[in-house]
Amino acid sequence: MSSLRNTCTVPLYRLAHSRTGDKGNISNISVIAWQADYFPLLKDQLTETALMKWFAFRHPTRVQRYLIESIHAMNFVLHGILDGGVNDALNLDTHGKALSFHLLDFPVEVDTELAKTLPDVKT
Amino acid sequence: METTSLKIGCATGFSGDRTDGVVPVVDTLIQSGGHALIFETLAERTLALSQLAKNQHPELGYEPLLADLLRPVLGSCLQHGIRIVSNFGAANPPAAARRIKLLAQELRLPAPRIAVLSGDQLAQPEQLAFLREQLGPDFDQLDIVSINAYQGAGEIAQALRAGADIVVAGRVADPSLVLGPALAHFGWANDDWHRLGCGTIAGHLLECGTQVTGGYFAVPGLKDVPGMDTLGFPIADISASGDLSISKALGTGGLVTEQTVKEQLLYEVHDPAAYLTPDVSADISQVTVAQTADDVVRVSNVTGHPRPDTLKVNICHHGGWLAEAEISYAGVQAEARARLAADTIAKRLGSAMKLRVDLIGAISIFADDAGEYLRSQPPSAARDIRLRIAGTHAQKDVAERLLREVTALYTCGPAGGGGVRTSLRPRLNSLSSTVPRDLAPASWRFLEDQ
Repeated sequence: MSSLRNTCTVPLYRLAHSRTGDKGNISNISVIAWQADYFPLLKDQLTETALMKWFAFRHPTRVQRYLIESIHAMNFVLHGILDGGVNDALNLDTHGKALSFHLLDFPVEVDTELAKTLPDVKT
Repeated sequence: METTSLKIGCATGFSGDRTDGVVPVVDTLIQSGGHALIFETLAERTLALSQLAKNQHPELGYEPLLADLLRPVLGSCLQHGIRIVSNFGAANPPAAARRIKLLAQELRLPAPRIAVLSGDQLAQPEQLAFLREQLGPDFDQLDIVSINAYQGAGEIAQALRAGADIVVAGRVADPSLVLGPALAHFGWANDDWHRLGCGTIAGHLLECGTQVTGGYFAVPGLKDVPGMDTLGFPIADISASGDLSISKALGTGGLVTEQTVKEQLLYEVHDPAAYLTPDVSADISQVTVAQTADDVVRVSNVTGHPRPDTLKVNICHHGGWLAEAEISYAGVQAEARARLAADTIAKRLGSAMKLRVDLIGAISIFADDAGEYLRSQPPSAARDIRLRIAGTHAQKDVAERLLREVTALYTCGPAGGGGVRTSLRPRLNSLSSTVPRDLAPASWRFLEDQ
């Protein structure tokens, strides 16, 4: 980010919503921008490499990102992340259904002025 | 064939879904001149569980709630020409069909024409030989419960065109439950990939029930959903050209918005340009959505490409035992006591079985089975922790040791542990493969012809 601009970090849930699906030991996590104009900065920052790092503690073997520009969304496919999935995992959530909510805490760097306009939860 | 649009509703998204969503869907279909109703009731393991039930009794092995789902609507569907298509036949579609025939008699209805699909269950020597070749010698080591190929929409459409009021399937691809009625309604060619793609995505959006109408969506303060206790099940309106709109049953809770539809469009999708079913490779890589009225969203720019050459096969087999035990710690040093209890169990059981530790209330769902994440996090000051330990082993008596060890924490563990609960369950595991289409041909017959 440019040092000439004032930026701050906001959690992804202020910019996008998300849902997880599973097939075997593979999880797919959608990220859907609340508004079209948020999508470019999500594309810049939510890269395959960034996701590998964010989910490193679940040991993904590979992360693929598919862009669906027409609905301002992206779909991440995370291989090997479910400890074997519904077959072998001992997690209460063998499907990994909660994983989208880990991604929704991903820190996104945004313009301070933009941050003031983003939806948020009351805390 | 019809040029008017097809209106098709979905009343369950899995076995175990709410059973009271069906009446508002059927009422709405009747009011709007609707044509078809689907029930999706079959997850991967549901079929294996159904097979185990059938092994116990030859007239079991279909959706246990079948009669409950159909009783309130069978008469009105028959009266108004609303065709019913479902995979609720599970491991035993003929028995499900006989139950429906009996239900119609109980309700003093005219006998419905019931079609029964087959060909999904793989048990022929040449089918097993092919799978053995694909999977190697491990195949013969498996304690197999069920082997099923995912069949497509073709036979559903044939049965409907022949006049079936109700089509009872076992394993068919979920979106095929919608594509079948669309093929029958419009007479689309089975290589009209564009329209097949559209019909399949309509099915994809309906197959999980309320997941497109506000279920599985709510986050208070960010994504509020009205009437979560009375969510309406979805209805698709598909045009002859393949355009489609999603709405929901009238007078119900929930909502259909661009957001709910987008989330479900990408649910369980990998490559959005190639969503594979037995019928088509559907393509939503250019999809657009538009809210056209309250609770109505139009989905456009879907297309499709030639179908895969092979059928997906799911093999379910016995997978040993899953032991789970929990105990709670609250107050000062709650998390420290829970961690001490977990360490104690790990030392006692040594390497006897694979174990996982969860500190519910501090770290559980997001963590990995190996415990790396848990160990990396410093103990928190959490004062209300439920310790869960899970283990798995091929032998029941070994798995059972975990339950005894956690129970013994009552007297031998850290101070103040309470509320022990234990469970021991057999696991059903599954693996996937593929077979050539000609090795697993699907077919259908009317119940009375069997």
